[in-house]
Amino acid sequence: MAASYVAAGELLLSVNKRTSILYPKTSCLIRGINTTSFRRHSESQPRAKSDPQLLVGVVGLEIHAQISSNTKLFSGSQVRFSAPPNSLVSFFDGSLPGTLPVLNRRCVEAAVMTGLALNCTINRKSLFDRKHYFYADLPAGYQITQQRRPIAVDGILTYSLHGGRKRSQVIRKTATIKQIQLEQDSGKSLHDDVHGQTLIDLNRAGVGLMELVMEPEMSCGEEAAAAVRELQLILQALGTCQGNMSEGQMRVDANVSVHEPGEPLGVRTEVKNINSIRFLAKAIDFEIRRQIDVLQRGGRVQNETRAYDSKSGETIPMRDKEGLQDYRFMPEPNLPPLMVYEDNASLPSGIDASQMVVVQKIREGLPELPSVKRDRLVQTYGILPEHSFTLVNEDGLVEYFEAVLKATKKEPRKVIGWVTNELLGHLKQRDMSVSQSPVSAPALAELLELQETGHISSSVAKRVLQEMWRSPGTTALQIIQEQELGLVSDAPQLHSICQEVVDSHPEEVQAIRNGNKKVLNKLMGLVQRETKGRADPVLVRAILQEKTS
Amino acid sequence: MLGLTIKQVSLALREGRISATELCRRCLNRIKKTQHLNAYITVTEELALKQAQEAETRLLQGAPKGPLDGIPFAVKDNFCTENIRTTCASRMLRDYSPPYNATVVQKLIDQGAVLVGKTNLDEFAMGSGSTDGAWGPVRNPWSYAAPYREQTGASPDSDWVITGGSSGGSAAAVASLSSYLALGSDTGGSTRNPGALCGLVALKPTYGLLSRHGLIPLVNSMDAPGILTRSVSDAAVVLGILQGLDIRDSTTIPPPSSLAELPEDFDVKNICVGIPKEYHAPGLSEETLAQWSRVADMFERAGAKVEQVSLPHTQYSIVCYHVLCHAEVASNMARFDGLEYGHRSEVNSSTEAMYASTRHEGFNDVVRGQDSFWELLPASTELPALLSQGPETRYSDFMQEDNRTRSTQEDVFTQPANMAGLPAVSLPTALSRRGLPIGLQLIGPAVQDMKLLSVAQWIEQRVGFPSISDHGDSRKSSIDTRSCPPYHPHSIPSTCPALSRACHLIPKDVL
Repeated sequence: MAASYVAAGELLLSVNKRTSILYPKTSCLIRGINTTSFRRHSESQPRAKSDPQLLVGVVGLEIHAQISSNTKLFSGSQVRFSAPPNSLVSFFDGSLPGTLPVLNRRCVEAAVMTGLALNCTINRKSLFDRKHYFYADLPAGYQITQQRRPIAVDGILTYSLHGGRKRSQVIRKTATIKQIQLEQDSGKSLHDDVHGQTLIDLNRAGVGLMELVMEPEMSCGEEAAAAVRELQLILQALGTCQGNMSEGQMRVDANVSVHEPGEPLGVRTEVKNINSIRFLAKAIDFEIRRQIDVLQRGGRVQNETRAYDSKSGETIPMRDKEGLQDYRFMPEPNLPPLMVYEDNASLPSGIDASQMVVVQKIREGLPELPSVKRDRLVQTYGILPEHSFTLVNEDGLVEYFEAVLKATKKEPRKVIGWVTNELLGHLKQRDMSVSQSPVSAPALAELLELQETGHISSSVAKRVLQEMWRSPGTTALQIIQEQELGLVSDAPQLHSICQEVVDSHPEEVQAIRNGNKKVLNKLMGLVQRETKGRADPVLVRAILQEKTS
Repeated sequence: MLGLTIKQVSLALREGRISATELCRRCLNRIKKTQHLNAYITVTEELALKQAQEAETRLLQGAPKGPLDGIPFAVKDNFCTENIRTTCASRMLRDYSPPYNATVVQKLIDQGAVLVGKTNLDEFAMGSGSTDGAWGPVRNPWSYAAPYREQTGASPDSDWVITGGSSGGSAAAVASLSSYLALGSDTGGSTRNPGALCGLVALKPTYGLLSRHGLIPLVNSMDAPGILTRSVSDAAVVLGILQGLDIRDSTTIPPPSSLAELPEDFDVKNICVGIPKEYHAPGLSEETLAQWSRVADMFERAGAKVEQVSLPHTQYSIVCYHVLCHAEVASNMARFDGLEYGHRSEVNSSTEAMYASTRHEGFNDVVRGQDSFWELLPASTELPALLSQGPETRYSDFMQEDNRTRSTQEDVFTQPANMAGLPAVSLPTALSRRGLPIGLQLIGPAVQDMKLLSVAQWIEQRVGFPSISDHGDSRKSSIDTRSCPPYHPHSIPSTCPALSRACHLIPKDVL
């Protein structure tokens, strides 16, 4: 359980334990105030109006996912994280007058692929617009985005929540993806308070983003976190976004409001500055509680932007840019409509197919999505659904697991614990990824094979694994030989050890002889202590039974 | 030699009658002599001589790059030129040197043409007089030519006439014989208007035929690089070189596979000439109407079908044009915040204060006025009156109206071609009684630019417009008079195929 908790940490990330309890029906309880999705509530019995106990949270997400591409959305500059400031800035990115945007096909294909994976309708024709605002890290004074007609609309993200007493129950949920739009990222402003100056880094300016807008259908932080985690896995499987929140490759803003089920949505706030999935859940739950508190005290929720402060765990109002902003949206005149084509047959004549975005081709190239992969793991290997989540959640762990299986005759159901508990536990402790593991899949397989064939006991196997961690490269067999950890199945030797134990514990022997067979286990433990756990338990039991009969 | 057409001087260069450096030097001298016109903001003497030297070497080896090798040209100062100051006639870009060449500039340089300088304009090409730039107004070379001087006795220091605009510097450069061709830009008539006032051939090509990459935009959806020359065939040569797809400009279209050179004897029997009745506006002078009729009669006599047609949306076009202009201009000007390039104010109490101050100091009233577009919008839906009187081209008269009123008056007949994306050419047909050029505009179907030029050449061959070099030019005093309106549009309506604009996707993510 320990390891699966660690793995689940990111997915389920446990809403604040003091204030929330998870119920099988996956409603989140916060300070005793039910925040279940209002749909189910509208089916429940009517209660007295204006009862603050009835207020539930409503959460919608806006996710900015940086597209994994070599170059930016409209220019040939490279895309790289942590390059020297302003080293990846083309004339266009710097908004030099006279430069024009040229759309990067890779970014379009990534958006189409993401749209397909999220069951969206791909718009055959989409449009680009300018959104204006003055900000130092927005060099042109406007962002090119897709306001009127985005590339993909009306999708569904299916994600799962874990419920039940052991969190082993998997509940499927869906979130509606309203749209996916292509747009430019902004640069970064660094405020130097000491010298009272602002420094601008335009490396990020113009990097391609997919903005995914989700309908306000979630009810608490845990749901939002699970949805975002699933989205992250999907994007990573597709290779369209690396999805690292702390590096800003995926930025999640949450629109939060509270209302009584069945009533119109309440005034919403937008919570920004959330840089991990764990914080996402905390920020949302804090904000729901805050809004309910405000209403309970007779106050009103302001439509504002709030920032999450991970230190205090609170959301605080951001200095707002004069309330409602007029973005002066207008069509981007330098980019003709973006056309994508269903298949090669629908391409207009005389057009080079290799230059065009063909949906059919992208659909055929879709990789195995996380949900499909989990189902396959459960069916193929007979492991539990929660194990499949743990495997898929960790980058490279499925491949690791399957590689171990290939090299051992041990049953998958016996291997899974070693991978999701022992291995992952070690990795998490040291904050390492699967690819960094000092114990390779074949090495672990060798160890498990030794245990399976009776060369070592399971407790020794765990010790050997520890040793393998400490000295990477040494094999299980080497460790077993060097430290004489092999199973002692030498009958005469075991006989003499057992004899000593029997001789020095006459009371226990008497008890066994009187019929208390359980006491035999104590004697077995004593023998194992003598042999440092290496004694063949089957043999020991037989010897002791013989000597105490 | 300076008064020759490109074709003629190119032949002279090949035949060795003049060297490229000598030709370049003569143009540079001519620029100095005509400094009073204020046609150039920057003269690129050193670079020009270097380019001319290289052209000369090629010509001596008998291996010129093409018909433009060694030919001096000028570029409106809103096209980017690598390491050469590009000001847009604005304080905002007073010291701005772009790190790259506009595609059209690069194409000319690649052909061996010799850049002699960057020409004056209205600030950010926003105007129709070439009177509203930070470098002062441009004077029309015809102000100093014998016909105007003798007919009117005008005083050159106070009674000079404007070039029109906003590409007035480019027009003045070609008309005053200091360059053989010049690039202008045309958003609502900014190339055709000064072309007409300066007695030149001025082509606004089909939208998308020429790349806008490197043209500092005014209204992206209507801007087109324009070509100013002294003959129609010269314009055709330049068009042939400049047209074509540019991966840096997604709105460019592939050039039609048509004749590379204009036919010497074009047969007008198969064309239909439409004369839009809406363009017969009050305020057109008798002289102008006479030229209109003269050419229409010429067509008819030659067997062309000449018909009166109606373009009933003309009056709405200018309104739509203004709405689009204000919106796009306000958007395009947003980047001039003093951070990345251009003028930056000393005020630095806050980023916002710096923005405001930078923009206040950097832009003139006309440009800054675009920011208030959103408040102006309701007012601008009222229809402006169509040319109620002939626009004044004498500088002192022209300046009586504000920029917007003037532009509205001047743009009425020219901006429809921009709104529709159609090719349009203005060419001179005669001198007015006051000794100033009268121009005529032809509008053609989309992508039929070469055919349009063929028709223009047919007219050119028959109207016998005099070259400015036929008249001595002088700065002696003379008296003023009103001049005639710039030009009068004809059109060749035909089924206008919708611009086929597909998005070009460039596979540039492959590193």
